Amino acid sequence: MRRRIPLIITFVIGLVLITGYFVTRAPFNTLYESFSDYFAIITVFAFILGGGSLLKIHLKRVSSRATDWHYSVVTLVAFLVTLVIGLFKVGNPAGMGGEILAAGSWLRFMFDGVYNPLSATMFSLLAFFVASASYRAFRARTKEATILLSAALIILLGRTPVGAWMTAWMPESLAFLELPNLANWIMAWPNTAGQRAIMIGIALGVIATSLRIILGIERNYLGRGE
Amino acid sequence: MHLCPTTRIPRGLPQTIGLARAVFAIAAISTSARAVIALTAPSTWARAVFAIAALFTLLQVDPVLAQAGTETGWINTDRTQALVLGIILTGAILLYVVLASAGRPLFIRKIAGLETVEEAVGRATEMGKPILYVPGLNDMDEVQTIASMNLLGHLATIIAGYDSRLHVPVRKSLVMSVARETVQQSYLSAGRPDAYQEDDIHYVSDAQFAYAAAVDGIIVREKPAACFYLGGFYAESLILAETGNSIGAIQIAGTARPPQLPFFVAACDYTLIGEELFAASAYLSKEPRMLGSLKGQDAGKGIAIVFILAGSALATLETVTGSESVRAFSEIVLWLFR
Repeated sequence: MRRRIPLIITFVIGLVLITGYFVTRAPFNTLYESFSDYFAIITVFAFILGGGSLLKIHLKRVSSRATDWHYSVVTLVAFLVTLVIGLFKVGNPAGMGGEILAAGSWLRFMFDGVYNPLSATMFSLLAFFVASASYRAFRARTKEATILLSAALIILLGRTPVGAWMTAWMPESLAFLELPNLANWIMAWPNTAGQRAIMIGIALGVIATSLRIILGIERNYLGRGE
Repeated sequence: MHLCPTTRIPRGLPQTIGLARAVFAIAAISTSARAVIALTAPSTWARAVFAIAALFTLLQVDPVLAQAGTETGWINTDRTQALVLGIILTGAILLYVVLASAGRPLFIRKIAGLETVEEAVGRATEMGKPILYVPGLNDMDEVQTIASMNLLGHLATIIAGYDSRLHVPVRKSLVMSVARETVQQSYLSAGRPDAYQEDDIHYVSDAQFAYAAAVDGIIVREKPAACFYLGGFYAESLILAETGNSIGAIQIAGTARPPQLPFFVAACDYTLIGEELFAASAYLSKEPRMLGSLKGQDAGKGIAIVFILAGSALATLETVTGSESVRAFSEIVLWLFR
């Protein structure tokens, strides 16, 4: 029964939502929005679980002086300070009735002065990681890697002024061999074809997974016990 | 003929149309019943073809029924193409599920990334290091996350058997709840409920880069022997995968977000590309009905290839010959994918 009831709910809701996508009349046409609202409400309550898990794990690490426990202190302080400032709208010029991120509020200060720079720092790491990953991927050890390297070089040069300058001398009849044109051709044809093939596969995968779940063939997300 | 003074429509015509609709509705219901019977009966190709054809008819491929649907305003005609294609693909998948259930042997090609799962877990056990599982950034309303949870269930069963430690940092509270339930049940079914540690599946942060920073920290401090990145990923994909690569972990990634695939391919040992992520759970389960649905996916790809080739051939023929009949066929194929 513990497994059958969720399966029945999944089947009925799945069927009703599919119907709602194609039917224009009420209540079918508004079902998706309604269920999205329910999901948002459940998510809000689930956040209490998440916050509770965060507190529990880090308090345990601090109390048992586990390895690197001082990082847990930083996490706990940051979490609790942000929570209190956000909940009570500390420093908000309009008080409790003001916008959560109103100019001049402490939360806005933390957002602009701490959160955004930290996020930007993490994001900027990508530049270095792209360089190291590209170096490994583009080493021309195999036929495929050589093709990848050639295509990447053409795109890289074709998208910069240097590429246009390098092949500007070509006669009109060979204009298609100019690096910007070659780069455009690679992006418009082989790249689009590959992307679409992947997208078709993904769409089929989504349909198959949805069907397996709706029909109760796939039950792993309920746990594997019978 | 008596005409209505305001609408100028002949009196009695709406009733006639209503009667016609009722007849079509009854025909549709009986067709659907036959389709269901055909699908559930012992499988033969003829019955399967009939079932798909019947479902096709039911869902408004019949022009008269389509017109009736439009007039009543019940069906969103802008989505008729999606409905038709959905029915064709659903029919193909259901057909193979039925065939597999009946015991028909099915060939499924090997997926290297999934063949290596057990090896990765074994390596982690030998090294005495944990296994990191990252289920992506999306919440439980995203099908990639559901596919990831299904895969996590299989992985947890293998890990429970090897007595390794599984670490799952998550970005969404709801995903944490589902992951905990899934892993706990897997440990239970593997006969190792005592090995399940609830705190190893924990919430980190909803913020994208805070989550990435925390997972990077876990990778650097704990140095897991195997890292799994399976689910929906965004800009943090390369940050995570490169950090995992820097500690020499065996890495298996999979996502249905094409922009992130090159990053995973460059930084991970194995990558499940798009559909393979959705196929993973069925592939690992080896359960006939699940494998049947995989074969159905392949049949769907076959149908897509046929439509693409037919569309290309018809478009070329139309340009060369200028024939009106070729143009009509070409329009039908184009309509399906508009």
